[in-house]
Amino acid sequence: MNETSHGKLLKTTCGVVTLLLALGAVSPALAVPNPLRRAIRLIRGTGVQKPPAGEFGLGPRASAHGRYVATLTPDRQLRPRRMLSVRVTVMDGNGRPVSDASLTIAGGMPEHGHGLPSRPRVTRNLGEGSYEIEGVRFNMGGWWEFKVSIEAGGLADTITFNLGL
Amino acid sequence: MTQNRILIRATLVAVSAFLTGADSAPDRWSQAELATLQSLSLEELEPIPSDPTNAVAGHRGAAALGERLFFDTRLSANSAVACATCHQPDRTFQDSIPLGRGVGVTSRRTMPIAATAHAPFLFWDGRKDSQWAQALGPLESEVEHGGTRALYAHAIAAHYRAEYETLFGPLPDLSAVPPSAGPLGDEPARAAWAKLSDTQRTDVTRVFVNIGKAIAAYERRIEFGPSRFDRYVSVVSAGHSGRGILTKEEIAGLRLFLGPANCTQCHNGPLFTNNEFHNTGVPARPGATMDQGRLAGATAVLRDEFNCRSQWSDAPRRCPELEFMMAGDHALGAYKVPSLRNVAERAPYMNAGQLATLDAVLDHYNRAPAEAAGRSELRPLRMNARELRQIAAFLRTLSGPIVVNGRMAVREAH
Ligand code: HEC
Ligand code: HEC
Ligand SMILES: [Cu+2]
Repeated sequence: MNETSHGKLLKTTCGVVTLLLALGAVSPALAVPNPLRRAIRLIRGTGVQKPPAGEFGLGPRASAHGRYVATLTPDRQLRPRRMLSVRVTVMDGNGRPVSDASLTIAGGMPEHGHGLPSRPRVTRNLGEGSYEIEGVRFNMGGWWEFKVSIEAGGLADTITFNLGL
Repeated sequence: MTQNRILIRATLVAVSAFLTGADSAPDRWSQAELATLQSLSLEELEPIPSDPTNAVAGHRGAAALGERLFFDTRLSANSAVACATCHQPDRTFQDSIPLGRGVGVTSRRTMPIAATAHAPFLFWDGRKDSQWAQALGPLESEVEHGGTRALYAHAIAAHYRAEYETLFGPLPDLSAVPPSAGPLGDEPARAAWAKLSDTQRTDVTRVFVNIGKAIAAYERRIEFGPSRFDRYVSVVSAGHSGRGILTKEEIAGLRLFLGPANCTQCHNGPLFTNNEFHNTGVPARPGATMDQGRLAGATAVLRDEFNCRSQWSDAPRRCPELEFMMAGDHALGAYKVPSLRNVAERAPYMNAGQLATLDAVLDHYNRAPAEAAGRSELRPLRMNARELRQIAAFLRTLSGPIVVNGRMAVREAH
């Protein structure tokens, strides 16, 4: 084997290996070895974009159309699997408390496609724009959406809190 | 030539990068991974929640009485069945067979008892909302203890009068109550029950309920002790290597469990359960009648004669678990997520013991077959045999002692 054919063989081998790695990354259907498939999973992810850290927290946070601003105050530290009560304080666009709103609660984990494990609801209107939500539970750690839909005086809007548990 | 060398090196680096990511240095965890590991450690378990519906839940004397009742075969139709017949202390409080055997054969798999004080709902379908209400189920089941509440009230009067009266006050006069009578018994027992006065029925039912409350006081003290996995977490949390505690294969399995296999979606927290109900498409036992799982359980717990809101509860006004309970939706074919602690010690698996081994369980998750009822939430894992073996190896690290009253459990059933 002369110098050039040796080089060609090498180039071909390296090319094939690289090609295989690339193929493995794009085609999960292929019977590719273990470490490759792990890499593929890493690359493909879940497809849902987790918001940046600044979008997380208990508020104050504005509703989708800017009609309301609300803040959450849980009775205990937010931890998975415990039943919590959460006070929500709702203001209008001018910073005045909204005292006669009707609130509905929804939420879930976008990355897993599941909702809340319980059915939380407002059990008391505390006045001054504050409401007591009982029956709140998160059944695992991770990124949760906690959605408070607010309706007052014919104006409806939804605030989506991003919570990290 | 040098060009070739560079090419070879570059390729080798690319290949080893893939391999390194997967297999070497399995003991290195990122901060986020470490936090997840710690969230699974027994040290993170919250204190046993109080049970306001059971006034004697924290009472030592009640636990002592409850322990004796748990092992007492006189509380059965044939004087041969106790709770411990199926919940055997030397088998992590289960029986290692697909279906429980009492007076007859149950339609579901016996569940272990440890740490059930942390569970808002009990049984595979969650049809009970406290340990004391749960304990009353098997006593009146025709295939488990097979007796009636009148039979049990008489047994207390005959064998435990002093202990009972110290805890709950004077026993009612049972002289006019027939030896066997109850609303769920056989035809003669139901007829006898119908003939009793309201006062007699209330008297008998109160004794029956207090049996449940004493047994629950005992069960609250049945807990998990630390496993090899817990020791591993505490060692790596302190910044040391845990390679002497878990093997390379077990650590690889742990990584898969937390990551690509997504097991912590349901098996999370220190007990490896989210305490919820999920449909995982486990096939029914051949010949079994249609089992609705949580769908029926959710309806049953709201109607249960002994639930948190009932007259027998010691705190009927505050029942958040019932009030905010999720029902409908995904409940058909869903079952309670079992704790994975000690799971390797208790084959066969699933709600009716359908899967004989951990390998069969992993094979199930890998294929995620279509559900028997409702809709399975699983997606096929498509892992290879080696990965599945690694996860099974990890599950075996979750075994540890069962601790009763702060001591290891060794008492035999009699
Ligand atoms: C004949 C066997 C048998 C007997 C006897 C028996 N059990 Fe069970 N136990 C089972 C089976 C089977 C299940 C699951 C049944 C279901 O989900 O429908 C179960 C479930 C339980 C659970 C639920 C655990 C959980 O995680 O939700 C507890 C607690 C329990 N039993 C305690 C008791 C007590 C206390 C007694 C005695 C009063 C008792 N058992 C008698 C077989 C038995
Ligand atoms: C969607 C929720 C969910 C996910 C994800 C999940 N499990 Fe489960 N697991 C369950 C439920 C529910 C059961 C009981 C099902 C039944 O009895 O029909 C169960 C049962 C088990 C059992 C049997 C335990 C026993 O006592 O019988 C094992 C072992 C187990 N799971 C391991 C795993 C592993 C390993 C993974 C990851 C590959 C996993 N599970 C993922 C919900 C889940
Ligand atoms: Cu989730």
